[in-house]
Amino acid sequence: MNRGFSLGDRTLDHLRALVDAPDVEGTRYELIELVGRGGMGSVWRARDRLLERDVALKVLNLAEPEAAAAADPAQGPRPAEVRGARIVQEAQVLARLEHPGIVPVHDAGVLPDGRAFACMKFVRGKRLDELVSAGLSESERLSIFSRIAESVAFAHSRGVLHLDLKPANIMVGEFGEVLVLDWGLARLEHRPQKGVRAGTLGFMAPEQERAAADLDARADVFALGRVLASLELGGREIAAIVARATRERREERYGSAMELHSDVQAFLSNERVRALREGPAARLARFGRKYRAALWLVGAYALMRVGFELFRLWRESGNS
Amino acid sequence: MLQDGERDMSGPGRETAGDHAFPQTRHSVFERVRSADEALRRLGWEALAQSYWKPVYKLLRMRWKADPELAEDWTQGFFAHALEQGTFERFDPAQARLRTYLRLCLDGFVANQRAFQGRAKRGGAARVLSLDFEAAEGELAASTPPATEDLEAYFQREWMRSLFELALADLRQELEQAGKGQEYLLFARCDLEGAESGRRPSYGELAQEFGITLGQVTSRLHALRAKLRARLLARLRETCADEDEFRAEARAILGGVEP
Repeated sequence: MNRGFSLGDRTLDHLRALVDAPDVEGTRYELIELVGRGGMGSVWRARDRLLERDVALKVLNLAEPEAAAAADPAQGPRPAEVRGARIVQEAQVLARLEHPGIVPVHDAGVLPDGRAFACMKFVRGKRLDELVSAGLSESERLSIFSRIAESVAFAHSRGVLHLDLKPANIMVGEFGEVLVLDWGLARLEHRPQKGVRAGTLGFMAPEQERAAADLDARADVFALGRVLASLELGGREIAAIVARATRERREERYGSAMELHSDVQAFLSNERVRALREGPAARLARFGRKYRAALWLVGAYALMRVGFELFRLWRESGNS
Repeated sequence: MLQDGERDMSGPGRETAGDHAFPQTRHSVFERVRSADEALRRLGWEALAQSYWKPVYKLLRMRWKADPELAEDWTQGFFAHALEQGTFERFDPAQARLRTYLRLCLDGFVANQRAFQGRAKRGGAARVLSLDFEAAEGELAASTPPATEDLEAYFQREWMRSLFELALADLRQELEQAGKGQEYLLFARCDLEGAESGRRPSYGELAQEFGITLGQVTSRLHALRAKLRARLLARLRETCADEDEFRAEARAILGGVEP
């Protein structure tokens, strides 16, 4: 090292941030703040100067092979090398999923430092796990979950598996919109990938943990079941739905996210939940819940009628 | 003045003739330390010594409470011992990260030195490297001593510091050789002195100071930062055993710093 030359702590931290920050020079974006970091990249709030709106820029880590290979300015960015980068793949997947519950992608490409990026809608709101711990009513939780399952079912209908569903990847916006984020591990169902074990422990289906090549929608069903369990809802019906969604053998789970969604909807409207074998008492109780208002009215009418009849008998006995 | 058998670690371009630092791709030091060619093996050893001597010296001072003279002797002795005994050649990336392995080796070395009064007498250790202990001592004086339980993190941070210093030295050397020493001064003024003092000059002030336009300040700083990024990654890659370690170390170095 050069004699007498040394870096102080403040300079070191400044240089670390300087080197790590995506190079957006000459692009339409201006970095505002670091929002979060994941396994393969970081997410920044940025300003799209052309359209004058805030966006989320997801940028590949410098250390990822595709980025590191392209990061040497002596050789210049090499788009061909980053074309296959997972962030770009994620953007390509998102581009085919136009749905109000799936975060839309605006742009993707390569930054001047050679790193792949994807530009997405910047969602202002809270993550589902934050909301749950902040105290959300039971019906709100179920309503949010139902919309998540619906979005995932839509993705499945387009042949896309998410494969990293968890509360931290669900964002609830300021106006109640529910968005499924982070499609970085998503893959097309009809394109099996052998030997890839990726996902989040605790939410990964057993076959995903085993890096099975033929993952299908039931892997996401398992994760949805775990998400539902994390919402800390009570009741035998919810427990039965969770149990069915998270069975070890995928043949025993719901066949699709839509089936799971239907069962949750059935519970919300006091219909029969398919995951639960119902005895006469349970059926009666559900009947009571479903027609609670009508039963109250009938009961009130009957009570009133009895009262009236008693009063009438009393009057008649008094007259006689 | 260097003595026989002593290697100067004070600059990146002084490794050997023909080993021009950048931008050519460097091979991993592990390819070198395991090479059958003795000259290549020595080059690998030098690269590791260059990256790690400061963290080693500082750890000796902090953890083992060695006085400066003893820490100098042990630092020299540790790297000399590693060269003689092929310590780096035995490193197995499947078992641990290099940094951890090196620290464990250092612990063993110090324990042996203490047990056998290994340091025959003060100043008696073979001086195989020319190292700027004065600068390392200055850095120690300027920093807060780490808590005992934070020594692992301390070692990592010092290694990180060393890596950035080497990358900066690479950058400076490249610019000076290209007759662009002024550009390095511009970078140093903005991103080194300015960052340390907590008051980074505005681009307008820099333009005035260096007699260039605002646009030139912007584009030059941008290019220099990109070069530094490339130099840093090249230095890091050089001291990692494989791609997995490179990625993990890069995350550790770059991740978690708020801009």
